[in-house]
Amino acid sequence: MRSSRLIPSRETGLKLLRIVGFYVAVIALWSLLGRVEVWSPFLFPSPEKVFASLRTNFANGLILDGLQASMQRLVVGYVISFVLGMALGLLTAASKFANETIGGVVLGLQSLPSITWLPLAVLWFGLSETAIIFVVLMGSTFSIAISARAGMRGLPPLLTRAAGTLGATRWQLYRYVVLPAMVPSMVQGMKQGWSFAWRSLMAGELLFVSVGLGHLLDVGRNLNNINMVFAIMLVIIAVGVAVDRLLFGRAEAWVRERWGFAAA
Amino acid sequence: MALIADTGRQGGGRASAASDPEPLLALRHISKHFRTSRQDTLALDDVTLKVRPREFICIVGPSGCGKSTLLNIAAGIDTDYQGEAVFEGAPIRGMAQQRAVVFQEPALFPWLNVRDNVEFGLKLRGVPKEQRREIVDRQLALVNLSRFDRAYIHELSGGMKQRAQLARGLAVEPHVLLMDEPFAALDAQTRDDLQLELQSVWARIGTTVLFVTHNVREAVILGDRVVVMSPSPGRIKKIIDIPLERPRTPDDHAVADLAAAVRYELQNVGAEPEPRYAI
Repeated sequence: MRSSRLIPSRETGLKLLRIVGFYVAVIALWSLLGRVEVWSPFLFPSPEKVFASLRTNFANGLILDGLQASMQRLVVGYVISFVLGMALGLLTAASKFANETIGGVVLGLQSLPSITWLPLAVLWFGLSETAIIFVVLMGSTFSIAISARAGMRGLPPLLTRAAGTLGATRWQLYRYVVLPAMVPSMVQGMKQGWSFAWRSLMAGELLFVSVGLGHLLDVGRNLNNINMVFAIMLVIIAVGVAVDRLLFGRAEAWVRERWGFAAA
Repeated sequence: MALIADTGRQGGGRASAASDPEPLLALRHISKHFRTSRQDTLALDDVTLKVRPREFICIVGPSGCGKSTLLNIAAGIDTDYQGEAVFEGAPIRGMAQQRAVVFQEPALFPWLNVRDNVEFGLKLRGVPKEQRREIVDRQLALVNLSRFDRAYIHELSGGMKQRAQLARGLAVEPHVLLMDEPFAALDAQTRDDLQLELQSVWARIGTTVLFVTHNVREAVILGDRVVVMSPSPGRIKKIIDIPLERPRTPDDHAVADLAAAVRYELQNVGAEPEPRYAI
């Protein structure tokens, strides 16, 4: 029923080879372009210099400090937005009145790029940690709210009935049917919410004078250090890909295994 | 083993039928309207049906005769009607484990595997883990799903899904099992297999069953009594006894004869019967 994943097939081996080959080729081309100096090395650095900068900035702790500061903001903002988004989503799904009123506001605000909250956040909270967390929060709350609402509304009435005839009380219905049934929709919404939060955090940090990965990009620009700018961008990509693959990739695989491909 | 259980039930069910004991489930003078802003449809018109303990009752009728509505009322899913629905002496006020339902669509929980689906009702009731596992193992063996206990729902065939639903319903040891066209969406072969399986399951556990179908032969194969309903408005036209030995198969002559009798009742439904067969 399920194929064994222990033995890598010929096909996966070839796939891996293609992927590795592609990146080796890209870096080789990049290195070549850097070496023949088609563009000024102050504008287009060679990969060797970028990796050297990466090493230095890891060694002196700049990247790690920045990473820690950024992740902290992200986690705090994301956790709050999950709680808020869930509450908003469940409320708008359960109450027709809330859906007609708050539901419309949620939809409207979701279409607003979250970095546009920054001026307001600075006026409200000053140049503080709170302001940047507020921007992150605004980035992900509405996506999570919309997916929570969709997940709860998409619950087939048949499953509610099945649970009822098996003796579920109202509380048990929520705990054992409504919440688990929301998972596929929630995974999608949380993934989208995370990407909005991550993007708005980087943008916010760029404009902000504080510690953080986005701020390090600005430092690199001020120092006219293109190697550092490239190095920080690589770190930002790496974090994004890692969270996407490890966290959401796994959650999506989990959903696929249970619900089948139809829901994924 | 099955034979002993079978004769035991025969004695209990058939013989006491004559003395008319207290019905397990009594639907008295049930009327049901479906109202929209445009029209008011009378789905059930003064329907009275008594189900005796350990009896297998089949309700058969064309679409729109209200047979599924009647089952929903018995289940407590539908509580908006006129009349009286009484189960074990108390009026039905809502859904309950004692009246488990097997639905036509596979109403299984996709986030749970087969085992956890079957366990669902027991967990809600707070049955201890060890005991739960024992019951689930037994139910899965009963419906021949033991090998697939860790499979997820989307990995099952249509027939396996319905067997899983049956196991889940039986696991809570309902006092009556309500089955709403459970085999209607299956292919003919699977349907024949499941009819046989359901007979052997029932022979072993002997629970009361109310089974809704639009398939006449299925009703005759499974039922102690077949309730024939007519549509618009839904009424009980006739109740036919099926005094045949079990297990019954679709090829039995007696089954075919009784099916013909039921079909005759169905064809003479209403004042102006619509032509059903163009010959």
